[in-house]
Amino acid sequence: MVVDQGADRVFHALADATRRDILARVIHDGWSVSALASRYPMSFAAVQKHVAVLERAGLVTKERRGREQVVHGEVTTLRRAAGLLGEIEELWRHRVRGIEDVLGRDT
Amino acid sequence: MTVLDVRRDEEALTLTLVAEFDAPPARVWQVWEDPRQLERWWGPPTWPATFDRHEFRPGGRSAYYMTGPDGTKAHGWFEFTLVEAPDRLEFNDGFADQSGMPTDTIAPTHAVVTFEAAGDGTRMTVLSQFTSLDQLQQMAKMGMEEGLTLAMGQIDDVLKD
Repeated sequence: MVVDQGADRVFHALADATRRDILARVIHDGWSVSALASRYPMSFAAVQKHVAVLERAGLVTKERRGREQVVHGEVTTLRRAAGLLGEIEELWRHRVRGIEDVLGRDT
Repeated sequence: MTVLDVRRDEEALTLTLVAEFDAPPARVWQVWEDPRQLERWWGPPTWPATFDRHEFRPGGRSAYYMTGPDGTKAHGWFEFTLVEAPDRLEFNDGFADQSGMPTDTIAPTHAVVTFEAAGDGTRMTVLSQFTSLDQLQQMAKMGMEEGLTLAMGQIDDVLKD
């Protein structure tokens, strides 16, 4: 399923601290790749690669503005990624409450 | 709140949950061992589980189904790989088709559950190892609407510096 490959890319993209940091910046405002590159102790090319991983995962989009490439965050995809494990977590919280109920009945 | 800690590892696709109960390990063990107790808490909200088979021993298998609000049945199975009462339990949990046959398109979840005495109670740790996002989505589909609220909170976690 195309959708699920997308989810794999999202999890991979979010597994890196630099990429999460980039995402945190661009989610509110657009940042040019060069402005982002100045914030990290790594090459422009390395930052560009991180942005490309985020872009393939659908977490950010790039927009050309003059000579600059401006990166924007895509909130919808991020929301979905964070939701998946969170939903399973909620299932387990529900199960723990269920176990409590079962245990409570014989006290 | 008896859930003490939850850790999500998005890279390794694991979820670890630690909970404490006011009952000794031997009693908490029973909620897994006894299918009548197990089916009272295993299913997601509005999807109660029914266990037709529950062979609670190493190599044993279980067959169950969960019934949705519209009567839809979602079938599943367990295969126990380790059963050490009342300390440790390991099993695979997979999806099955309408006749109860395991599906080979979606990999099973491997779960490791440990039970430790904590004062007069029990600390239970559940480590779920997922293998694919397909499987997460299948599970998430079933009656987990309230998960969305939590997901919203997680976005803040992801975004915070």
